[in-house]
Amino acid sequence: MSEHTYGDRLAIREALQQFGRLNRPVAELADETDLFSVGFTSHATVNVMLAIEDALGIEFPDELLNRSTFVSIEALASAIEISRGQA
Amino acid sequence: MSERFAARAAAVAAVAAKYADEVDSDARPPLEAVEALKQQRLLSVSVPTQYGGEGATMRELSDIATTIGAADANAGMVFAMHHSQALILWRHGSLAGVRTTMRKVLEEEWLLGSATTERGIGGDARRSNCALEYPAPGRVKVVKDAPVISYAEASDAILVTGRVNVDAPDSDQRMLICPKGDFHLEKTGTWQALGLRGTASDSFILTAETSEDMLLDDDYGTISAHTALPTAHLLWSSVWLGIASSAAEQARSTVRRQARAAIGFPPPGQLRLAELMVDLQSFADTVRHSAEHFDRVAGDPTALGSISFALSMNAVKVTSANAVVDLVLKALRIVGIAGYRTDTPQSLSRQVRDALGAPIQINNDRLLTNNAPLALMAKVDL
Repeated sequence: MSEHTYGDRLAIREALQQFGRLNRPVAELADETDLFSVGFTSHATVNVMLAIEDALGIEFPDELLNRSTFVSIEALASAIEISRGQA
Repeated sequence: MSERFAARAAAVAAVAAKYADEVDSDARPPLEAVEALKQQRLLSVSVPTQYGGEGATMRELSDIATTIGAADANAGMVFAMHHSQALILWRHGSLAGVRTTMRKVLEEEWLLGSATTERGIGGDARRSNCALEYPAPGRVKVVKDAPVISYAEASDAILVTGRVNVDAPDSDQRMLICPKGDFHLEKTGTWQALGLRGTASDSFILTAETSEDMLLDDDYGTISAHTALPTAHLLWSSVWLGIASSAAEQARSTVRRQARAAIGFPPPGQLRLAELMVDLQSFADTVRHSAEHFDRVAGDPTALGSISFALSMNAVKVTSANAVVDLVLKALRIVGIAGYRTDTPQSLSRQVRDALGAPIQINNDRLLTNNAPLALMAKVDL
C-alpha cells in the first residue's frame, strides 16, 4: 500500500461520480465491483481517465489504456501506481 | 510490431532519441545510435539463417526502421540504408571477398555505406562516369567524384558503382565493395541541409583499390531493380512512417491535455486528431503491405524484374513521401504554437524538416517520369 492510496481512491470515486454515467451511486460500490456491470461504457472511460489524470497530475501510459484498467476502482488504483512509477 | 526484434529496436530507439537534437543541430552522424545498433546486433539482423544470421524479413526490417525512425530519423535512415546494401551482398554476390564482407557484417556488425550517385550524371544512379580499372591481375580500382556519400566516414565498407571497364557505356555498371583500409576519402563538401542533417551526406572523391573478388556477380541494373531500389523505397518509407507517427503522438498528447482542461467539451483538435489517425493507419497499411509484397517475391527473379513490381515499389515511395509531409504538417496544426517553436518539448521542428526531404531525395517526379512509359504497359496490381 502506498502513501497515495487513500487520495487516489477518492479521486477515482470523484471522477466516476462526475463522468462515469453509472446506473448506481458510486458510494454504493465496492473497490472490486465490476464497473462495466453497473453501466460503465468505453466512451465514458475516456472522460474518467482525463478526470483522474487531471486530478492527480499523472498520465496513463498507452499500454494501460485497455478495458482491464477500467474494470474496477481497485484496477484503476493500481494503474495509477504504475503510471506514477513511469513518470 | 512483430515481437521478435521489438525490445532490441526499442533499446536503440531510446539511445537515438537521447541524442537526436544534438545530432540534428551539429549535423553529425548518430554515432551513439550506430553503436547501439551494433550492440543490439541489428546491423546483422538481415543476414539469412543459412549463413548463420537471423534472417529478418523485409516486414521485420520495416518495423525496426519505423521504431528507430520515430526516435531519430537520422538513425532510422542509417539503419535503412545499411540494410539496403547488406541485402545486396547475399542476394547478388558469391565471390570470396563478398562472402568475407558478409561474415564481417555478421560477426563484427560492419556498417555498410554506398556511393551510387556521381557528379555529372544528373542524379541518375543507373549511369556512371567513373569506370572500374584492373591495374594488376586480381586487382580492381575506381575513383568516384560523389556528391553524396551518407555516413561515409562511419562506414566499415562502401559499395560503389562504376562502368564495368573504361570502354563500357555509362549504363553498363558493376558494383564493388570497398572495405575500410582499401578506400580513401577526400572531402569536397559538407552536408548542410534543412533536415536529415545527421545522415552526414557529405561530398567526397572516393579512391579505392581492392581485390577483384569484392565485385558483385550481377550487373548493377539487376541489383538495382531486384534489391537496391525496392528495399531503399520500402525502408525509407518505413522511417518516414516513424517520423509521421512521432508527430501524430505529439498531436495526440496535445489534444489529451486540452481535453483534460475541459472534460466533456471535446477540443476542436479532437476531430483533426481522429482524421490524422485515419491517415496514419492508411500510411502504415501501405508500407507494411508493400514490405510483405517484397517478402513474397524476394526469391523470384521474374516477379522482381516485372513492370508491375517496379511500378508498385515506386508507388509506395511516392505515396509515403507525400504522406509523411502531409501528416507532419497536419500534426503541427493540432499541436499549434508549442510545436512551431523550436525550444519546447512539443517542438515538431525536426519532424517537419526531416519529412520535407522525402519527396526530394530520389525525387518523386523522377520516379513518376520513370513510371510514365511503364504505366502504358501494365495495369496496377490490385
